[in-house]
Amino acid sequence: MIEVKSLSRHYGHLKAVDDLSFTVEPGQVLGFLGPNGAGKSTTMKMLTGFLAPTAGSARINGHDVVADSLAARRCLGYLPEGAPSYGEMTVLDFLLFVARARGIPAREVHTACERVVDRLNLAGVRHQVIDTLSKGFRRRVGLAQAIIHDPAVLILDEPTDGLDPNQKHEVRKLIAEMASDKIIVISTHILEEVQALCNRVMIISQGRLLADDTPAGLIARSRYHNAVTLAADDVRRIASVLSELPEVARAEVKEGELTVFPAGAGLFDAVSRSVAEHGWAVSELRYEAGRLDEVFRMITQGESA
Amino acid sequence: MEAVTTILRRELAGYFATPVAYVFIVIYLVMNGVFTFYLGGFFERGLADLEPFFRFHPWLYLFLVPAISMRLWAEERRAGTIELLLTLPVTTGQAVLGKFLAAWLFLGLALLLTVPIWVTVNYLGDPDNGVILAAYAGSWLMAGGMLAIGSCMSAVTRSQVIAFILSVAACFVFLLSGLPMVMNVFSGWAPQFLLDGIASLSFLSHYSDISRGVIDLRDLVYFVLVAGFWLLANVIVLELRKAD
Repeated sequence: MIEVKSLSRHYGHLKAVDDLSFTVEPGQVLGFLGPNGAGKSTTMKMLTGFLAPTAGSARINGHDVVADSLAARRCLGYLPEGAPSYGEMTVLDFLLFVARARGIPAREVHTACERVVDRLNLAGVRHQVIDTLSKGFRRRVGLAQAIIHDPAVLILDEPTDGLDPNQKHEVRKLIAEMASDKIIVISTHILEEVQALCNRVMIISQGRLLADDTPAGLIARSRYHNAVTLAADDVRRIASVLSELPEVARAEVKEGELTVFPAGAGLFDAVSRSVAEHGWAVSELRYEAGRLDEVFRMITQGESA
Repeated sequence: MEAVTTILRRELAGYFATPVAYVFIVIYLVMNGVFTFYLGGFFERGLADLEPFFRFHPWLYLFLVPAISMRLWAEERRAGTIELLLTLPVTTGQAVLGKFLAAWLFLGLALLLTVPIWVTVNYLGDPDNGVILAAYAGSWLMAGGMLAIGSCMSAVTRSQVIAFILSVAACFVFLLSGLPMVMNVFSGWAPQFLLDGIASLSFLSHYSDISRGVIDLRDLVYFVLVAGFWLLANVIVLELRKAD
């Protein structure tokens, strides 16, 4: 369990993290979402004991990250931003080093390394020097060292940043596999990732917590939530007809597409019925769950899209 | 202690995984030869001792030790691995000590590879091997003192070049603190006890005592204290500015 109370970190006058409080329970995959420079990395650096907080406290499984730093660090695995590793070492040597430094008993060190090598498909490159590996492999090496001691808490700073779509998919699959019995905290500025991975989202901007919700809950805040969008040749005429419906609160035309916003339930049915009745030539008709990017902008900039 | 050994092993292996170790050892041995035989006049002296060999060690170390120490922490900062290292369950002190010991052992190995010159002098004459052994110990201790200074300077910056220059400058001051060059800055206004204090900080005077075969406990304590002081400063620098 992670307990954070009024955590703050100031650099001179700049408040990188400002009075952050939250708790995370096992089984939760928490996504830190925020613009660049929002304080996501700084928060993670404080959780892992790398940076001391200016004020407030954080506890990992009951161990204070400052007063009882070593015990707190033993409970967690950490992938720093950019997945740094010792480039002149081979993959296996690097993992052996981390395993030993993590205090894994000497006779289990090799088994632990082989387990993560298998899990992250590193078998083919295990004797290769890390500097010669591609970005995707280096990221996997970074993930391997983070989970080598099977930590209860996993903190991953932008785990998929700079990876290609296949690699992103692989990393996400891996995180999802580990999610059931661990606490996983990831930071990202990629919105789709939050939807794909997290069951809880915290939006942070300028060091402050602006929203703490499930991905579905956040999407429900979108004004597009439950709206219906259709594309047709003559959207303006269709708009004027549809706005008469009791289920429709408002209609909006943008770039040849018409979006109608709900006044109550059953909007999609009502719209599709009208389309059928009038025999409009509609090329596309879709239900809007909500737009996370719009919610993100609304929350972090106080503007609506 | 286990954490220290783990870090020590990794660091030491790191020297040999890159050309750093080989380049350093070759240059170190060649320079030693040049100094001993040309500048030191090893043969011309006609004496069976290694004084011309050990006499130049302080000046050799002045540039070669910072070349080894400059990467200790600056490289960790540049590559971002400092964040990895210091979030492992090891204390900053253990990390500093592990890295220092690795570099010190490496310098010890380089020093050990000069054994042929000891064999030579024993073949040619009948030297006092006790004095030579003491001089070896003194040389290694002095290297340790400079290494600790360099390690601390390396923690200040992410640039290895800056770390190198700062280390050379700091070692230079320590080396010469007994000589007029440094003393003239203080004499005239500083009280006598301060002058004595500064003069007693000199690497050269402590080293020359040991290398003449006089192993005084005070000289040993001096080098241990210098190394301890700078390593402690190293820990404090890291704690204060880990993330910069």
